[in-house]
Amino acid sequence: MLNVEIDGKVVEVEHGSTIIDAADQLGIAIPRFCYHKKLSVAANCRMCLVQVEKFNKPLPACATPVADGMKIFTRSKAAVEAQQSVMEFLLINHPLDCPICDQGGECDLQDIAMAYGAPASRYTEEKRVVLNKNIGPLVSTDMTRCIQCTRCVRFLKEVGGMMELGLINRGEHAEITAYVDKSVDSELSGNIIDLCPVGALTSKPFRYTARSWELVRRPSIAPHDGLGSQIEVHIKDGKVLRVLPREKETINECWLSDRDRFSYEGLNSPDRLKVPMIKHHGEWHETDWKTALEFAAGHLKEIVSTHGSDELGVLVSPNSTMEEAHLATKLAHELGSDNVDYRLRHTDFRHDGKRLGVIWMGCNIPDVQEMDRILVIGSNLRNEHPLLAQRIRRAVANGAELSVVNPLDDDPLIPIKHKAICSPNDMVNVLSQILKAVSGMERLSLCLPKSLSDLLEGVRVWDNSQAIALSLTGHGETMDLISPRSAVFLGNISQHHPRYTEIFSLAEAISSLCGATFGVLSAGANSVGANLVGAMPKAGGLNARTMLESPRKAYVLVNVEPELDCHNAALAKAAIKQAECVVALTAYKSEALEDATVLLPITPFTETSGTFMSMEGRVQSFTAVTKPLGEARPGWKVLRVLGNVAGLHGFEFDSSEEVKNEIFGGEKPSTVVWRTLNNNLRELIDVEIKVKLDSDLQRVGEIPQFQSDAIVRRSPPLQKTRQVIKAVLAGLHPEQLAKLGINEGEKILVKQGEGTAILEARADSRVPHGCVRIPGATAATASLGDLLGEIYIERIPVAAPQEGVSA
Amino acid sequence: MSLSAESLAKIDRELTKYPPEHRQAAVMSALRIVQAEQGWLSKDSITEVADYLRIPAIAALEVATFYNMYELEPVGKYKITVCTNISCMLRDSEEIVNHLEKKLGIGFNETTADGRFTLKEGECMGCCGGAPLFHINNTDMHEYLTPDKVDKILEGLDK
Amino acid sequence: MTGTQTLVCLRTVGQEDPASLATYVKLGGYAQLRRLVTEQVKATEIISQVKLSGLRGRGGAGFPTGLKWSFMPRYFDGTKYLVCNTDEGEPGTFKDRDIIRYNPHQLIEGMAIAAYTLGARVGYNYIHGEIWQDYEIFEAALDEARQAGYLGENLFGTSFNFDLYAVHGYGAYICGEETALIESIEGKKGQPRFKPPFPASYGVFGKPTNVNNTESYTSIPWIMEHGGQAFQELGVANSGGTKIFSISGHVEKPGNYEVNMGISFVELLTLAGGVWKGRQLKAVIPGGPSTAVLPASAIIGATMDYDGLSKAGSSLGAGSMIVMDETTCMVKTLKRLSYFFFEESCGQCTPCREGTGWIYRVIKRIVDGQGKLEDLDLLTDVSSNISGRTICALGDAAATPVLSFIKQFRPEFEYYIQHGRSMVEDGVVVQEVAYA
Ligand SMILES: Cc1cc2nc3c(=O)[nH]c(=O)nc-3n(C[C@H](O)[C@H](O)[C@H](O)COP(=O)(O)O)c2cc1C
Ligand code: SF4
Ligand code: FES
Repeated sequence: MLNVEIDGKVVEVEHGSTIIDAADQLGIAIPRFCYHKKLSVAANCRMCLVQVEKFNKPLPACATPVADGMKIFTRSKAAVEAQQSVMEFLLINHPLDCPICDQGGECDLQDIAMAYGAPASRYTEEKRVVLNKNIGPLVSTDMTRCIQCTRCVRFLKEVGGMMELGLINRGEHAEITAYVDKSVDSELSGNIIDLCPVGALTSKPFRYTARSWELVRRPSIAPHDGLGSQIEVHIKDGKVLRVLPREKETINECWLSDRDRFSYEGLNSPDRLKVPMIKHHGEWHETDWKTALEFAAGHLKEIVSTHGSDELGVLVSPNSTMEEAHLATKLAHELGSDNVDYRLRHTDFRHDGKRLGVIWMGCNIPDVQEMDRILVIGSNLRNEHPLLAQRIRRAVANGAELSVVNPLDDDPLIPIKHKAICSPNDMVNVLSQILKAVSGMERLSLCLPKSLSDLLEGVRVWDNSQAIALSLTGHGETMDLISPRSAVFLGNISQHHPRYTEIFSLAEAISSLCGATFGVLSAGANSVGANLVGAMPKAGGLNARTMLESPRKAYVLVNVEPELDCHNAALAKAAIKQAECVVALTAYKSEALEDATVLLPITPFTETSGTFMSMEGRVQSFTAVTKPLGEARPGWKVLRVLGNVAGLHGFEFDSSEEVKNEIFGGEKPSTVVWRTLNNNLRELIDVEIKVKLDSDLQRVGEIPQFQSDAIVRRSPPLQKTRQVIKAVLAGLHPEQLAKLGINEGEKILVKQGEGTAILEARADSRVPHGCVRIPGATAATASLGDLLGEIYIERIPVAAPQEGVSA
Repeated sequence: MSLSAESLAKIDRELTKYPPEHRQAAVMSALRIVQAEQGWLSKDSITEVADYLRIPAIAALEVATFYNMYELEPVGKYKITVCTNISCMLRDSEEIVNHLEKKLGIGFNETTADGRFTLKEGECMGCCGGAPLFHINNTDMHEYLTPDKVDKILEGLDK
Repeated sequence: MTGTQTLVCLRTVGQEDPASLATYVKLGGYAQLRRLVTEQVKATEIISQVKLSGLRGRGGAGFPTGLKWSFMPRYFDGTKYLVCNTDEGEPGTFKDRDIIRYNPHQLIEGMAIAAYTLGARVGYNYIHGEIWQDYEIFEAALDEARQAGYLGENLFGTSFNFDLYAVHGYGAYICGEETALIESIEGKKGQPRFKPPFPASYGVFGKPTNVNNTESYTSIPWIMEHGGQAFQELGVANSGGTKIFSISGHVEKPGNYEVNMGISFVELLTLAGGVWKGRQLKAVIPGGPSTAVLPASAIIGATMDYDGLSKAGSSLGAGSMIVMDETTCMVKTLKRLSYFFFEESCGQCTPCREGTGWIYRVIKRIVDGQGKLEDLDLLTDVSSNISGRTICALGDAAATPVLSFIKQFRPEFEYYIQHGRSMVEDGVVVQEVAYA
């Protein structure tokens, strides 16, 4: 530790700290533009110049390491003079358009200029004008305002993983731009809006809608992935106008993914369901709550009493709150049914009844950065967990090794040390190879149960599996780490996998052999919470898959658009269609709910209170930030009243907190959480190494990030991004295309079971042989079957039918 | 537009100067080589260079726009860059510039109608002892210029 | 001291085929490298000779070379690099060009000795973009040296390996700054890095790197041959050895002159044939535009070495002496220099990026007859606000001419502002200059 004195105050700081670190620690504000604690130090704006004893010129506080006994003056005459002159330089070419600038009121330049600027400019020459760039639907540019601090460039390169912006030309002509006409496609791009200290990069959707001081700011939790990012929702006249990150170092740091930042644009979509609706003779009719609830309750009860309670199925979105999931589960149970599930995109449930606890990521979010070795199985990281991917990126930048086993070779923008890219079905084989390699290493050869070691007997270990094993155990070429901190994570593709259970048990065995953290990166904002409240069949009830495979007479859907949110779209669609009664609690009118019977308008997360439990098991409650739109009501309330109206027991709640209390049995949530999180299995699951498939082709159906749930699907700016525009295609390896005699761009017929779709074929060298990349959760593929499973492709002989869907 | 085999071979030779994981280091040479072949750097060729070196295109563009001797617009067959910096100025580079402007009928950053000549103003070329001077196409330095000598040099160039 | 040259770095000049290996070897070339390497002379011994020689960096900053060498980490697990700075782009500087085109092998030998001393495995010589033909000469010399076994692996049958490559700039003065040069070697824009860390700990590809000027390295073989003491004695206290002065502008015989440090200005000027056309001397920029301009009266009695020029009110810089006769308009000259710094600012630091353009525009306004008297104070103020507040010394360099021109020739600037025309061109004389 070192002692330094700043403006007369002494502070103890760590070795290697800079002056700005020390000042920040003391709460002494040194003005800055280019410096950002999460980015590399550029020291180019020169705003942070301070005076240091024994130095005859001012030094940049952001870049100057402190020395023991250093005396620093941030407000001395010399320091202030330097700061003022830098301010003057910054302003000579800065436009005076604050009144129309979106940054107005939250502009670092404006604020610091007030404190350090001179009232009148001595610069009388013409100001520089820089052409604007179109970098996509999310970020708007006003490049004349840019002060070349390069925060945006550094962010995209260092945090986003890809240099999408650069500072071209030099000297006074230097300007920030993307390459020629390229857009910025990072899934984290919105952060450059926050980072830009002036109004050069602003939010395109938010543009000109409000002045910052007119906005009411309310805290909330992001509802689209398992990270649990903390957000601040900005509201004017009861309408959400933007979403910003709340800084939370241990979760989202100061960042936000684009999905979490821009999804709010879908909140007030024209699709919003504002009043309850009932279908009569094939026609939808608006109605009042009382009628709708009585109709729904009556209908459900009638089916239960005439056909048996087993004829009821309840499906809950993993993005529903814990309260919603709890009450939906309770509703099923009180109506006598055990058919309830939130795992809509899962299809392998063989470990039901064998888990010892609630499945979670196995460690805390910041731990990811401390790992030396990480193996990610079945995940398109950037797509599924954008901010977690960023943490892994940083871990790797700090020397960690990342290995992947995946059915897609997509670039996570993280250097991958070892990879096994294989068809979904082969993943099990690859994992057993890794397990064999790991167990073969002397130190670890101990304790595999006989059933497993027998199984591994005949497995031949490929080089890349061997390399992955070596990396995980630290026995790499140089055996550089005797005991690395390693982690094995299962991503969404693993969870959606038809052989999830086998993947899970192999991964668990691998982790336990090499002492690695093992966890599942949960897909939904509340997957872990729904697991905790037990929104799953317990006593032999039907799971999300079987409920659709053996269609029920009645369904209750909470936040579900069946053909978009379920693993097998065609199956979901058919099951809903044949049902006698479908009660859908939904925020949106939807094509996918055409076949429902009653639509009960519930509110999205901004209009309800509730709780999400993140992948690391963090329980985060939030309150409504705006009033419900129209007649819509919070889901928990609707479920409660539905229970009341149906005369069910135990639905007397006055607030969502009461529901939460019931969930946690009056205990502190954290107590319950730490007691229940457990990724171990009660018993081993049978693994079969070689499973023969009928088709030569398997579908890899990932969920594009901007299709993941009903809200994002309705956010126009997200839907205009390049990721979405290029999403719906049938991607095959170029050699596979050639082998099948299909031309790139040709329309092909893809078939899964009864379902077919006509899609454009695209050469995609990131797809392994024997696979076709066809995304799920999109209208164009809503007639197809399993996300991951066998698929057949045919060329379309003569005149091609219309592009689109035919069932 | 695609890079010729010779150019690629030259780029490969430059690559041998650096550790294999630092392919970006060869970008300046690669851009020079491509410019020598194609006369200037189109966005397509910059992209190609970037792809060949496996670096982001914007990183190559940053370099191409930072250094003066890269041409991002087409230039004439002969690009004449005259130094006008202090040592040359003191030895009347202005006379050379005026002579060239008159003779070619163009000013700085212009190209003759027949596409043969482009005139550029240069910064110090590190040859001030031979002032006034210019170089042609970034490679051929001509020093101790007089209007007469300029005439002879231009006459000596291929049609 | 006489007004003749002492050829240390330009030792092959005047020989037939000066750049060839044969010529250099004939003059005793590569013997020192061979001796040091085969006799396994200790690095500390070599460094102490370099320290003794009083050699100071010839790139402009004058940092003692021996001291710099001692900063390189002795033990390092990985490649250490050696970089030679032949990017000379400071107006009036053209000495390193003559080294690489006339005496490339002495540079190669000097670098190889430095590599041996510092444990560097790989070296780069970064050569100014515009001197392409000289780059090719140097590449050819490298090939020759490689073939003759002076570069490559297991030199002289020892375990010493050294690969040296030529790399080129492509038109950016800023790449002369050592960290910009390193960025440029890495294939990036030449934007200087903030120091610390210095190249000795974080240089090329993030590895320990020693950067020296061409002339600095080229002096090494001579120092090894004759001993540090002898080199020091060629010059004067604080300025050991010889120095190549690049003399340009209004002299009869512009060119490079390698002379002993401490030579008098008058002798040096005489070597270059004196002021041309029999005219009067008006001013001299003794070390390149980043050093202050001196009126004839201030430099006439000066000696050409670090202390001598500092006493005269300027500095030695890279020894790039720009001579201006009585017909020179200082306002227009400053305009051209300001344009240079404006054009060449890399653009990362606010004061340099914004300030150089501001300065240039104000001076241009004055030259265009639109100046105001307050502009002179504005110029001084803006320049002072750049100076000392930037990442690299280009900011200081840009301020120096403005501050020194206005200080030394203020009446000329005032005249220009008041009349909208150049005083010199109007034939008004304010300053009598004594120079025979
Ligand atoms: C703007 C600027 C330009 C420079 N140009 C050169 C140059 O052309 N050649 C050079 O050797 N040093 C130049 N330098 C100095 C180098 O940064 C560095 O100090 C030098 O190469 C070190 O070598 P030396 O110690 O042997 O002089 C320049 C410095 C600055 C700030
Ligand atoms: S002083 Fe000028 S040239 Fe040097 S780093 Fe700063 S902006 Fe670039
Ligand atoms: S904040 Fe330190 S230089 Fe910009």
